[in-house]
Amino acid sequence: METVPKPGSNVPPKKERLQAKKKKPRRYWEQETTGTAAGASPGPPRKRKRNRELRPQKPKKNDTSKKFRISKKPRELKSPGPQRSLSGAQDPFAGPAPVSVEVVQKYCRIDKSKEVPHPKTKTRSRLAAAEAQEEETSVRAARSELLLAEEPGFLEGEDGEDTAKIRQADIVEAVDIASAAKHFDLNLRQFGPYRLNYSSTGRHLAFGGRRGHVAALDWVTKKLMCEINVMEAVRDVRFLHSETLLAVAQNRWLHIYDNQGIELHCVRRCDRATRLEFLPFHFLLATASETGFLTYLDVSVGKIVAALNARAGRLSVMTQNPYNAVIHLGHSNGTVSLWSPAMKEPLAKILCHRGGVRAVAVDPTGTHMATSGLDHQLKLFDLRGTFQPLSARTLPQGAGHLAFSQRGLLAAGMGDVVNIWAGQGKASPPSLEQPYLTHRLSGHVHGLQFCPYEDVLGVGHSGGITSMLVPGSAEPNFDGLESNPYRSRKQRQEWEVKALLEKVPAELICLDPRALAEVDVVSLEQAKKERAERLGYDPDATAPFQPKLKQKGRSSTASLVKRKRKVMDQEHRDKVRQSLEQQPQKQEKAKPTGARPSALDRFVR
Amino acid sequence: MDRGPWWATFNGLHRVRHDLRNLACIHTPIPRNYDPTLHPFEVPREYIRALNATKLERVFAKPFLASLDGHRDGVNCLAKNPKSLTTVLSGACDGEVKIWNLTRRKCIRTIQAHEGFVRGICTRFCGTSFFTVGDDKTVKQWKMDGPSCGEEEEPLHTILGKTVYTGIDHHWKEAVFATCGQQVDIWDEQRTNPICSMTWGFDSISSVKFNPIETFLLGSCASDRNIVLYDMRQATPLKKVILDMRTNTICWNPMEAFIFTAANEDYNLYTFDMRALDTPVMVHMDHVSAVLDVDYSPTGREFVSASFDKSIRIFPVDKSRSREVYHTKRMQHVICVKWTADSKYIMCGSDEMNIRLWKANASEKLGVLTSREKAAADYNQKLKEKFQYHPHIKRISRHRHLPKSIYSQIQEQRIMKEARRRKELNRIKHSKPGSVQMVSEKKKHIVAVVK
Repeated sequence: METVPKPGSNVPPKKERLQAKKKKPRRYWEQETTGTAAGASPGPPRKRKRNRELRPQKPKKNDTSKKFRISKKPRELKSPGPQRSLSGAQDPFAGPAPVSVEVVQKYCRIDKSKEVPHPKTKTRSRLAAAEAQEEETSVRAARSELLLAEEPGFLEGEDGEDTAKIRQADIVEAVDIASAAKHFDLNLRQFGPYRLNYSSTGRHLAFGGRRGHVAALDWVTKKLMCEINVMEAVRDVRFLHSETLLAVAQNRWLHIYDNQGIELHCVRRCDRATRLEFLPFHFLLATASETGFLTYLDVSVGKIVAALNARAGRLSVMTQNPYNAVIHLGHSNGTVSLWSPAMKEPLAKILCHRGGVRAVAVDPTGTHMATSGLDHQLKLFDLRGTFQPLSARTLPQGAGHLAFSQRGLLAAGMGDVVNIWAGQGKASPPSLEQPYLTHRLSGHVHGLQFCPYEDVLGVGHSGGITSMLVPGSAEPNFDGLESNPYRSRKQRQEWEVKALLEKVPAELICLDPRALAEVDVVSLEQAKKERAERLGYDPDATAPFQPKLKQKGRSSTASLVKRKRKVMDQEHRDKVRQSLEQQPQKQEKAKPTGARPSALDRFVR
Repeated sequence: MDRGPWWATFNGLHRVRHDLRNLACIHTPIPRNYDPTLHPFEVPREYIRALNATKLERVFAKPFLASLDGHRDGVNCLAKNPKSLTTVLSGACDGEVKIWNLTRRKCIRTIQAHEGFVRGICTRFCGTSFFTVGDDKTVKQWKMDGPSCGEEEEPLHTILGKTVYTGIDHHWKEAVFATCGQQVDIWDEQRTNPICSMTWGFDSISSVKFNPIETFLLGSCASDRNIVLYDMRQATPLKKVILDMRTNTICWNPMEAFIFTAANEDYNLYTFDMRALDTPVMVHMDHVSAVLDVDYSPTGREFVSASFDKSIRIFPVDKSRSREVYHTKRMQHVICVKWTADSKYIMCGSDEMNIRLWKANASEKLGVLTSREKAAADYNQKLKEKFQYHPHIKRISRHRHLPKSIYSQIQEQRIMKEARRRKELNRIKHSKPGSVQMVSEKKKHIVAVVK
C-alpha cells in the first residue's frame, strides 16, 4: 500500500500552492482503492482452462461522483481542504469523511413522504429534531460500513462468458480446502426425498427423509448431533429458535425433539402438518396442515395462538416473509394468501398463476416474492403496496421449490436441476433472463435452503443432501449480538434469555412492521374531534379575528365592522380557492373509470 | 496479505476465525453489522423493550429513603445549607430548631429557638449562620456550628420586633434579609431596624422570597389573595396579581429569572411569568387539598409541592399534571418541602413531627453505577421516551397507587368539575351567541392585576 505524501512536508511555492488549492483533496480511501485495484491487476490475469476469471467485487466506495457529506456548516464543503495546524503540518483529511447517498439511504428509517397533519409548533419542532437525529444516525451507520471485515464474493465469467456453465467441481477445485469442504453430498438413497433446514446462525443443519430418517448435524465440522428414525413419514423439519430444539412434522402429529434426538413434545393439536415455518422473533411455529388449517404454536409457552382456516383445501405451500413475519400460503387455485395470527381472514390475496401455486419464496428485505405455478411460470412480485408482478418467465419444467438467499439470489429446484438467478445488488430483484449458476443433482429436488452467513445452498433430494457452493449468496458480515455462528454455549444461553425477554407478541404481526413507530393519524383525528365535542369548542381552532383599537377616532363601530368583514372575506376567498383547486383533481381521477374495470388491469403496465 | 482473486470471491466460505470461536474468553470486539435486514422487527422489538423497561421502572419505584424523627411537634419549616449537601435545618411548632446530618440520618444539634412556632428559617448564602423568626416577635441569627464546650447555646443576634413575623428569606449575594408579617421588611444584618418596609393593603403576608438570579427582586403572598412583587431598590412594590383564593407560598425558578410558581389554597399551583401576570404560564392541577409549600429542583425543570392532602407531588414546569405522587400511611399534612441541591432527593416535613427523605426519581438506583449499568439505564430511558405515547406503556407508567382518601377525593372533584363545565356549556348554549364567553382554565382564576 502506498503511503500518502504529506503535503505539509514540502510546501510548494505560492503559485503552485494556488493551483493545489483548486485541486480536490485526495482521500486516503481513494488512494487505497486505486492501490488495491492496481494490486489486484499487477500479476498477469489468472488464465484458467476456459478463460474465465473470478474477480473481487469493485469496492463500492469507488464512486466519487456522488458524495454525501453531512456537516452543520455547509461552508465546510467549499473549504479548500488542508488546514494548517500549529506545527505547520496540514490535515490531508480535513472535515468529516464523505458518505455515499445510497449507503445512507439503506440505513434511513424515517419516511419523509408521510406527514403528520397540522402538528402544533412544539410537536413540529420535536419531529424536526427527531428527523435530524435520525439522519445523523444513518450517516454514522453508513460510516461504520468501513469497519466491515468481509466483502461479499461473486462469480464472474470472462468476456461475458456464462457463469452458469461453471460446474461445482470447478469451483471446488479453485477454492481453498476449508471452503471446498463445504461442498458435499450425503448419499442417502434409502430414506429419500429429504427436507432440510439450517439453523438461524447457519451453523447447524437438520434434515428429514420421507421414510422417517431425521438427523441434525453441525455441518461445518460434520459433527453429528443426532440421528433417529421416527418410523413414520416425515413431511418437514424445522429448527426452533436455537439448534437445541427441532420440530418435525410427522404423518400424524407434530413432534419436537432436542439435539440428542429425544422426543420432548408431541403436539396433537397440530395434526397432519405438511409444512413448518418458525418465526424467530415471535417464537411462533406456524404449521400448514392437510386439513386446511394454518396453526400458530407459541413455542415459548406451548400454547396455540391461532388456528386459522384458510378455506382452500390442502395446504402444502407455505413460506414466511422474514421482514414482517406474515405467512404466505400458496393455493391450488393460483392465489397466494397472506396471513397474520391476529386476523381470521387473509391480509391479502394475490392471484399469481393460472393453475395451482407450487412454490413461494420471499426475500429477506420483504420487497420481492417469487412464485411458481403449475402453468410453468416463475413470477416475481413486488410486495410493497400493490403486489404487482415485476417479471415473469416460463420454465420448461416449472419450479417445484424456490428459495431466496440473504443477498437476494433466487434458487429454483426443477426436477433434478437447481437454477440460481442473481440480481444487481442486495435489494434489487434477481433478473430471470440468465441463470447465475446451475447444478444437476442425483435425484429430484425436495427441499431448498440457502445457508445464512455461508455461501452455500443446501438441497434435499431423493438421493440425499447436497451442499452447493454459491459465491455471493450470503451476507459476509454477521452481527455478533444478533446471530453469531461462532457463539459458545454460554453465549447461546445468554442470547436465549434476551430473546425471550423481547419476544414480540403475535398480535403485532402486520404488513408494515414499522407501523408501531408512526403517528396514528386516524385515531388522532378522532381524539381531536371527541375532545372538541366534550369541551364544547375546539381548543386548537384559531381565535376569530378581533380588530385592534386604533387612535384618533378611527376605531368607530363602522370601521371596526369594516375591518372584520375584510378579514372574513379574505378567509372565505381562500377557502373557495382551495376547494376549486381540489375539484379538477377529483374530475381527473373520475375520468378513466368510464370503461368497466377488470381484474386484469393490475397487470397492465 | 497475498490474496488471489479466488480468495476474495469466496468470502464467507474461507473465513478462518478461530479467534472468534469463543468471544467470551478472548476480548476481541464483537463484530457488528448494522444492516437493517440483519435486524428485522426493529420497531416491535424496541417497543417490547420499552414496555419491559416501563414495567421494571414501576417495579423498582421505591422512593422512600428515610424518616428523620426527633421533633416533638409538627415540622413547620425547612432550610437547606447552601454550602453543604448533608446539612438540613428544620423548625418545629414548639419553637425547636434541629440541624440534621443526612448521610448519618441523625440530628446533630437541637436549639430551643423561640417560644411558640418557628415561623420561618433561612440560611445565609455563605452557609455559616442561619436566621429564624418565631411567634415571639423576634428574629434571631444563629451560628451554623454548635457552641464549643462549656458555651451556652445563644443566638448571634436577636432583633425584637413589634409584630409577629411569619416568614424570612435571605438575599442570595448580600448581607440583607427580608421578613414578612404585616408588612415586608428589608433588613441589613448589622442593624436592628429595617432598611425599608413595604406594604400594599393591610393584610398579613405569609411568605416572602428573594429571586435567586435577579437578586433585587422579591415576591410575597398575602392572605388577601394577592401575590406582590417588589424591587428592593425602590421604596414601593412593583405590581400584584389577585387570585381567586389565597396563595400560601411562592418559589422562584432558579434557572429562569422571571418565572415563579405559587402554591394556592384552591388545590392548584400557578406558574407565572412576572412580565405578564394576567395569564399564568401553566396551571398545575392534581392536588385534592390546599397546597402548602412548593420548591424548585435546582435544574429548574421540575418542582415539588406539599399539600394538606397528605401527599407530595412532583410536577414538570411545562405540564399541568404531576409526574409523581409520594405518600405513606403515616405521613400527615405536609407543611414544608425542599428539593436538595444535588437535585436527587426531596425532603418534606409534616404534621406528625417527622421529616421524610425521598428520591426525586422513584426508580433510580442509588450509589455508583458501572458503565454497563449506566448505558443500560440510558438506553432504557431513551426507549421509554420514544414510546411514551403508546397507550399500553402510558397506562403503566402513569399508574400510581393512591390512598383511598385521595382517590375518592379525585373522583368527587372530577364529578364537580364536570358539573361546573356542563353548566357553563348549557349557559353558553341557551344565551345569545357571543354574550357568554368560554373562559380558559388559565384565565379563570385570575381576578386582577394591579400595577
